[in-house]
Amino acid sequence: MNRIIEKKQLSPEVFLFQIEAPLIAEERQPGQFVIVQASDDGERIPLTIVDSDAATGTITLIFQTVGKSTHLLAELNKGDNIPHLLGPLGAPTHITKTGTVVCVGGGIGVAPLYPIVKAMKKADNMVITIIGARTKELLILENEMETISDEFIVCTDDGSYGRKCLVTEPLKEICQRDPKPGLVIAIGPPVMMKFCAETTRPFNIKTMVSLNTIMIDGTGMCGGCRVTVGGQTRFVCVDGPEFDGHQVDFDIMIKRLGSYHKHEEKAHHECHLQLGLEKKNS
Amino acid sequence: MSSPTWLGKKEQLNRMNTKNSHNLNDLLKRKNDLKPSERAAVPPQRMSEQDPEARVRNFDEVALGYTPEQARLEAMRCLQCKNAPCINGCPVRINIPAFIKEIADGNYQEAIDIIKQDSLLPSICGRVCPQEVQCQAPCTLGKMLKSVDKAVSIGRLERFAADTERNQGIASLPVKPDTGRRVAVIGSGPAGLVVAADLRRAGHAVTIFEAFHKPGGVMVYGIPEFRLPKAIVQAEIDILTDMGVEIRTDFLVGRTRKLTDLMEKDGFDAVFVGTGAGLPKFMDIEGENLVGVFSANEYLTRTNLMKAYSSDIADTPILRSRKVAVLGGGNVAMDSARTAIRLGAEEVHIIYRRTEKEMPARVEEVHHAKEEGIIFHLLQNAKRILGNDQGLVTAIECLRYELGEPDDSGRRRPIVIPDSEFMIQTDTVIVAIGNDSNPLIHKTTPEITTNRWGNILVDDKGQTSLNGVYAGGDIVSGAATVILAMGQGRIAAKSIHEYLTNGS
Repeated sequence: MNRIIEKKQLSPEVFLFQIEAPLIAEERQPGQFVIVQASDDGERIPLTIVDSDAATGTITLIFQTVGKSTHLLAELNKGDNIPHLLGPLGAPTHITKTGTVVCVGGGIGVAPLYPIVKAMKKADNMVITIIGARTKELLILENEMETISDEFIVCTDDGSYGRKCLVTEPLKEICQRDPKPGLVIAIGPPVMMKFCAETTRPFNIKTMVSLNTIMIDGTGMCGGCRVTVGGQTRFVCVDGPEFDGHQVDFDIMIKRLGSYHKHEEKAHHECHLQLGLEKKNS
Repeated sequence: MSSPTWLGKKEQLNRMNTKNSHNLNDLLKRKNDLKPSERAAVPPQRMSEQDPEARVRNFDEVALGYTPEQARLEAMRCLQCKNAPCINGCPVRINIPAFIKEIADGNYQEAIDIIKQDSLLPSICGRVCPQEVQCQAPCTLGKMLKSVDKAVSIGRLERFAADTERNQGIASLPVKPDTGRRVAVIGSGPAGLVVAADLRRAGHAVTIFEAFHKPGGVMVYGIPEFRLPKAIVQAEIDILTDMGVEIRTDFLVGRTRKLTDLMEKDGFDAVFVGTGAGLPKFMDIEGENLVGVFSANEYLTRTNLMKAYSSDIADTPILRSRKVAVLGGGNVAMDSARTAIRLGAEEVHIIYRRTEKEMPARVEEVHHAKEEGIIFHLLQNAKRILGNDQGLVTAIECLRYELGEPDDSGRRRPIVIPDSEFMIQTDTVIVAIGNDSNPLIHKTTPEITTNRWGNILVDDKGQTSLNGVYAGGDIVSGAATVILAMGQGRIAAKSIHEYLTNGS
């Protein structure tokens, strides 16, 4: 079960797994996620499902190695089984025909954005996609995104590829068009989603964001993933992962995401030592 | 109640206490002729425990169990009442005097066989049942001695019988020939395990679906190791798999597969829903989403299920706390507080808005918590949680309360004292004020009706509004106890068996 049938490295820190998971492939809808564990007692990692094929019974996951647990996951190879895989979880993206939809992806957030771009296009929307990364080699799914988008913009923070700017710059330009887009979907680092929401707010354009908070069970049981949305406490795992970006309290969410930062750094460092990855001078 | 005449004879009683009651052999010689007075004179047998100072530094079980001698002495205290009020106090109506008599006679296998006619998880129930308000509350001996603390320790004897059997290796229960019918059990907590066992014994094929990566439900993620060792829960689950019960972990019915698909596409003839009360309540106060505020579920799951207490085995971290405030007065609050102190907190406070008398926690748990140095703040409640500019908890602001008239629950209603605010410095807050029903099954199976709190509605046979689908445990009753979940599971299992056999 959960056999990895394909593994690709998309960038120095980003990996793609295609996994045999027929039940999840059958039920899964865009916007939903899974929880994976790289070992029996390993951390539970929520990952958005990038793609699925009910006919072949496979799902595609893309993840970035950010800490010990994602590093252990990246150690798995084609033919290995993922010890634990639970899903599909969360509420699916609400896909409707809205006219023009702007899809904004930053860094690894381009991966969960991909199925939404696909679904929005399939629902006969005009889709403008903006993807961004710190630098050229961290860009993922460029070709895939370009193929399915009506308009496609790439930017990098350092100008090594595409426009040298943050994703909010082209987003603002598109918001100023007449007619303005009907919907913006932004997925990426919390700070990026926060500023995308701030960019669209003055234009009064509905902006959905997909949150990836700390989770344990992913079924509503622990409440560790909770966020403040419109002054109310909501659970990302069952009420989300998508919320109205204009209502999300990003500041407290970002602080909660940092809860285990020190612990993660230490575990990550020790993991590198174990795996022999640490550079001598670091 | 007036004292029986023999109790007046103090001198005789004293003499008996010093001479006979400690001597098991003397008592054994006359075990069938012991007078009630002689039984009553045997002192209640205390179960030895880890010393509080030692146990706050480990996660090992606190209560260490009876020796055979202690168990037999305790069993001899049972008056063997003909009307057996204890049985009425037991939610699954174990034949208590009968199994206790077998222990007194040294027939431990016979004792456990009697228990297992009605209770399938005795080593668990012997540890976590609130016996003092169930079987031990109406105990005649306790009434005679004017204290429920002096009732026969039925729970400890149950544990003794179950542990003795487990240590010798439990034989799995006999299974009737296959009926060809298939049952899906959703959730592997106490209700689900009991349903699985009963239906498998009747010859039906049973598959348990569990969302977590390990089966056991609240007994694994919630109740801490020091109160219920996980190896014991696993031993019970191993018996089920030996009997041929299939367990599918990492499977969330409603998401991985719709409940109706299990019946319509996958060939299950009946379904039992035992998904528990897995939706933590919060106080809805300012600061509740700061860093360092946990639901008890999260705090306990990180520690128990994900083993955050041992960085050697687990990758899931838990914040290291210095000063912890736990909100609530139930068993889960006690478990959270006692877990926090074991994780190295310097100070742990329990904040509860009524008095100790109204606390829903077991007396024993409150006692253990106090022994371990937990500080109790009664008639107080949190008003808001304060944090610093990094979003970390720094303090909790509380209000003082007094008790007014009884409310719907029969407990006296706490009334806030105006302008009584004060601060407790803390870096961690654990909210342990209860759970609501997990809405997933209802949300994904709207044919199953619920009440306004999200509890699944069932008839007296455990049948839901959807034909062939039964439910029990906390998803029906709201957050309750292991034994009540088991009791409902047994009722539902009986109904499912009838449904599969007779079609109704």
